Amino acid sequence: MSTPALTAPKQPLFSRLPVISHLKKSVGLQRGMLVVGVVLSALFILTSIFAPLLAPYGYSQLSDASGSFPTQQAPSSQHLLGTTVGGYDVLSRVIWGSQTAVTVIIVSVAMSLFLGVALGLLSGYFGGWLDRILVVIADAIYAFPTLLLAIVISIVISRGQSSFWGGIFSCAFSITVVFVPQYFRVIRAETIRLKAEPFVESAKVLGASSMRIIGRHIFKNATRTLPLMFTLNASEAILTLAGLGFLGFGIEPTSAAEWGFDLNKALADTSSGIWWTGVFPGIAIVLTVLGLTLVGESINDLNDPRIRGRKRAGRTPVPGTPAAPTTPSTPAEAGKP
Amino acid sequence: MTTLIEVPEAEPGIVAPKSKSKGGGGLGRYIVIRFFLIIPTVFILVTLVFFLMRVIGDPITASQGGRLPPDVLAQRIRDAGYDRPVLVQYFEYLGQLITGNFGTTITDRRPVVEVLTTFGAATLELSINALIVALAVGIPFGLIAAQHRDKTPDALLRFFAILCYATPVFFSGLLLKLTFSVWLGWFPVAGRASTRTELTMSGLSAPSGIYWLDAIRSGNFTALGDIASHAVLPAIALGLLTAGVFLRLVRTNVIGTLGKDYIEAGRSRGVSEYRLVTKHAYKPALIPIITVMGLQIALMLGGAILTETTFEWKGLGYQLVQYLNARDFVAVQGIVVLLAIIVAVTNFIVDIIAALIDPRVRY
Repeated sequence: MSTPALTAPKQPLFSRLPVISHLKKSVGLQRGMLVVGVVLSALFILTSIFAPLLAPYGYSQLSDASGSFPTQQAPSSQHLLGTTVGGYDVLSRVIWGSQTAVTVIIVSVAMSLFLGVALGLLSGYFGGWLDRILVVIADAIYAFPTLLLAIVISIVISRGQSSFWGGIFSCAFSITVVFVPQYFRVIRAETIRLKAEPFVESAKVLGASSMRIIGRHIFKNATRTLPLMFTLNASEAILTLAGLGFLGFGIEPTSAAEWGFDLNKALADTSSGIWWTGVFPGIAIVLTVLGLTLVGESINDLNDPRIRGRKRAGRTPVPGTPAAPTTPSTPAEAGKP
Repeated sequence: MTTLIEVPEAEPGIVAPKSKSKGGGGLGRYIVIRFFLIIPTVFILVTLVFFLMRVIGDPITASQGGRLPPDVLAQRIRDAGYDRPVLVQYFEYLGQLITGNFGTTITDRRPVVEVLTTFGAATLELSINALIVALAVGIPFGLIAAQHRDKTPDALLRFFAILCYATPVFFSGLLLKLTFSVWLGWFPVAGRASTRTELTMSGLSAPSGIYWLDAIRSGNFTALGDIASHAVLPAIALGLLTAGVFLRLVRTNVIGTLGKDYIEAGRSRGVSEYRLVTKHAYKPALIPIITVMGLQIALMLGGAILTETTFEWKGLGYQLVQYLNARDFVAVQGIVVLLAIIVAVTNFIVDIIAALIDPRVRY
């Protein structure tokens, strides 16, 4: 690591991966934030993968060998987080809910990435009337309340009621429509900037086709910000999914567990002092969004050399120790005016 | 948009590129150009919403299908003109919009404009309250965070900002209700006012619909207290959502201004750090807030729908959800289009204010 060579030797692929490389160059508070974010996100993904093993009951299970589940029962040894008004086990639904959330994130982000990047590249590179039209449409959608748009799309796709995949896709499509303009704007702006770079010019002179220039030269350079956008949009996707579920446009409780839907049902419980039906799905949303946002935030800060805290010369922090979030950055920054 | 990070601005490709060469072009010109940009925005959204809503069939079948006998249903569809080609309906709809006719709801047969005037005030009131909370929390905390950059208060406040963003309004609303209404009993659980106050308010002549304004105007201070106690929790729930955005914005901008030469000059003259932040760096850092406030209107409206549902606050969002559940898509379409216009006009006004304050904005 401390080789004085002018050009750093090429790192193995593993350490060049987005989050890993960021972890390596982070320090102090930023590293703390990143580590917390990564841990929360990993927890979220692992929970969703191992949901069938972790959850004590199924998401729509209402009874077991010893009979029907009681309704609105406070947390007990049998139901660690209590049961809902419908008689579902809260813990099981919280765990299964992560699976729904992950599926929606993957489907929606994959779709919006694909569409947004493709449109952004084409529009930015070719310009002209297509570009004008796409920009006006993207700006119009961008300025509109996310949730309202998602509601309209969700009505169109599933008319409100839905099965597991129907619900997943209607949520994912709604979220996609909302996100495409964002990806589009970023990629388009980046493409316009890159179009004027000498390396594009030289590729043109060498006779490369437009498709090759877009695909090879611009695509790779323009998509640098995508890991950042991915994490931020993943968190927004969860919030939109929960919002839709809360308004009753989510997935039926018998088809899948969804945190927003559970919170909606829990709303009526609060006035009688029943807290466990709402608090736990809510915490699940907050922790997941928090984790993803922390990762996104840290990547953003670390990508910006003006904000990034630097390791001090001569003293490499012990790798892997998540320095306490507050203290170590102080002396490093104290030197600055 | 709720995006926390300032996404790189897209090129202002459509904002009259010709005027660039003239260098400035004056405020009047900018206002005119900016005004005409509202039209495509609204037009696109109207078109989008109209065709999306028609994809699923005609609105009468959607809301009344199964409840009415088929021949009555067919008769009503014919009466309303939904059996004609979609394009004809589309142009007719556009024509109606221009004359200010947003349609009549199917379920309770009220003009959409009337729904807006009845419930819009409640949403406006909620948004104003929330904005006050957001500014009162966001600006001072942002200044503190900027002043103590990268130290403990900054770290805590940044975490707080992310937490504000990560908590959906309906969950913070639920927690606030649980803590302050159910357990502590300090505030009422839901609604805009108690029934008695509501009656008093509706009995007023020429009410503005914004309860606290009406209460002050009529000098009814018991009602004002009641209204205030109802307003606290929804305002906090919705306000915190935006407070996080403001906090971060103030922090980033103040840090940016603190690096400027004139601050350095002030520091070398012996101006105290506190005075530097509160007097010198504060004002220029507020300009971006005005711009972002415009973008926040869209976020706030989305949040207002959820907040109103959480607190049974009978505003436009609450009403929209009622119509959605009744499958009254004429009402939904009308409200959505109206909101689109409101958002576009607000953004226009905010841009003009930003241009008035900061001449650099003008193209």
